[in-house]
Amino acid sequence: MTGLRGASAIVGQADMVSSTGVLDVWGRPLHSAVARAALDDAGLTFDDVDGLAATGTLMASSELGEHLGIDPRWTDTTMTGGSSFEVLVQHAAAAIATGLANVVLVVYGETPGGDRQRGAWSEVPYWLQRDSPITEWEGPYGLRQPLGPYALAASRHMALYGTTAEQLAQIAVSTRQWAAKNPDARLRDPITVDDVLASPYEVAPLHRLDCCLVTDGAGAIVMTSADRANDLRHRPAWVLGAATRHSHALLVSEMPDVTTTSGRQSAKEAFAMAGVTPSDVDAAMLYDSFTITALLHLEDLGFCDKGEGGPFVEDGKLGPGGSLPVNTNGGGLCYTHPGMYGMFLLTEAARQVTGTAGPRQVPGAEIVVAHGCGGVLSAFGTVVLGSERT
Amino acid sequence: MSNPWDPPPFEPMVRFWEAAGRHVLSAPWCDRCQRPVLYPRELCNRCHEPVSDWRDLSGRGTVYAFGVEHRQWTTAAGLEAPYVVALVELEEGGRLLTNVVDDPAAVTVGAPVEVVWAAGPDSRTVPRFRLALP
Repeated sequence: MTGLRGASAIVGQADMVSSTGVLDVWGRPLHSAVARAALDDAGLTFDDVDGLAATGTLMASSELGEHLGIDPRWTDTTMTGGSSFEVLVQHAAAAIATGLANVVLVVYGETPGGDRQRGAWSEVPYWLQRDSPITEWEGPYGLRQPLGPYALAASRHMALYGTTAEQLAQIAVSTRQWAAKNPDARLRDPITVDDVLASPYEVAPLHRLDCCLVTDGAGAIVMTSADRANDLRHRPAWVLGAATRHSHALLVSEMPDVTTTSGRQSAKEAFAMAGVTPSDVDAAMLYDSFTITALLHLEDLGFCDKGEGGPFVEDGKLGPGGSLPVNTNGGGLCYTHPGMYGMFLLTEAARQVTGTAGPRQVPGAEIVVAHGCGGVLSAFGTVVLGSERT
Repeated sequence: MSNPWDPPPFEPMVRFWEAAGRHVLSAPWCDRCQRPVLYPRELCNRCHEPVSDWRDLSGRGTVYAFGVEHRQWTTAAGLEAPYVVALVELEEGGRLLTNVVDDPAAVTVGAPVEVVWAAGPDSRTVPRFRLALP
């Protein structure tokens, strides 16, 4: 199956993130600024955009189009949590391949750091603040969201496979080494496995340093068709494969097996579409809401067997100079995590595959995967990017 | 604003909590899959056939996974940190998110547990579990 292989490319990208964790712009002005930066990166303008995607509010793409003054002929507001943007790339690639759109703009921005300072942020996620199956069915037991479900997964992975807290901590250590190369990363000072283990438990077995940040951030990407992509400012980041899968939404008791995600299927299909195998991947951007999240992705994408994630990461191969560079921007653990981190998987993957990642560039990166995870290990989108169309 | 813990009008859920109020763990039963359907709903989420029959369950199971909440992020659950939140696999099949009320240090994956009934964060009675002899 070749599917969408090479039919479209990411031709522009931008992040707006501060090492303080707080941006001095928020709301719609943030969205318009990051959208303009991504279009500038591509050498395109708002007038070129005929497809628009955004998520997270009631009529997200319509609201954004209204604000920016764009009347798109293709629109998408898919919401799968943190993986939404990988899923939107799949949808946009299909729209471009079939001629429903030619230039697609995907925009994201949230500012929990600044919102907290402005008194407009709650530790209790919005989905727990209303009547819903989750408040009714899982609400009475004090499971902290979103950490709690990931702690459940970690406990069972440890019990079944002997995975250790030290091995999970090594993921945070390797990710921090990458963050040291990113001046916009929130956390850049080197840490050790002992530092992670000495940080307080949030929900055991997860320590504070096993958990992602809560910071301001915005990102945007621009996609277009193969015939147009080659004429723009940068080398294109070709979309070679894209696939989606979800198994549940926000109820962890609905997850068929807490140590195996449905990302296994999205990854398998995306790799098949791209015509590559995990051993062809030069760098991987894997949604790291928690250390255990990244570990499950390594197994489910096929970089190692199920249960082998602990020994696999132990030697630091995910860090700079390692055999499988992962989350080279510092990830959700150290760079930024405004709520739906998936956008930053894509912007960094596009930078790596076009050779524009600066001091953290992985030499000769030709195949880079971005693997998004939304909900509570619930919804997945896998995107395989390539430096060449074929 | 309504009480966020108030169950919305969803008949199988209402029936589950009514039984819980009588200290009975009861669930829709799928004859084809021979398993309880949890959360309670009108069709089996495995074979998609409608369920009509309900069964009372034994209240015995094993710890499938657990986490220890170290931060007192909520008082609504009526639990004092550190406390255990667990997925319990019931002996008839199906899983419940719940609490294990014992000392967190004594809880392990695979440990046998049995239901105990507790006052929930609202007017509901909720199933929690305690460690049981194998």
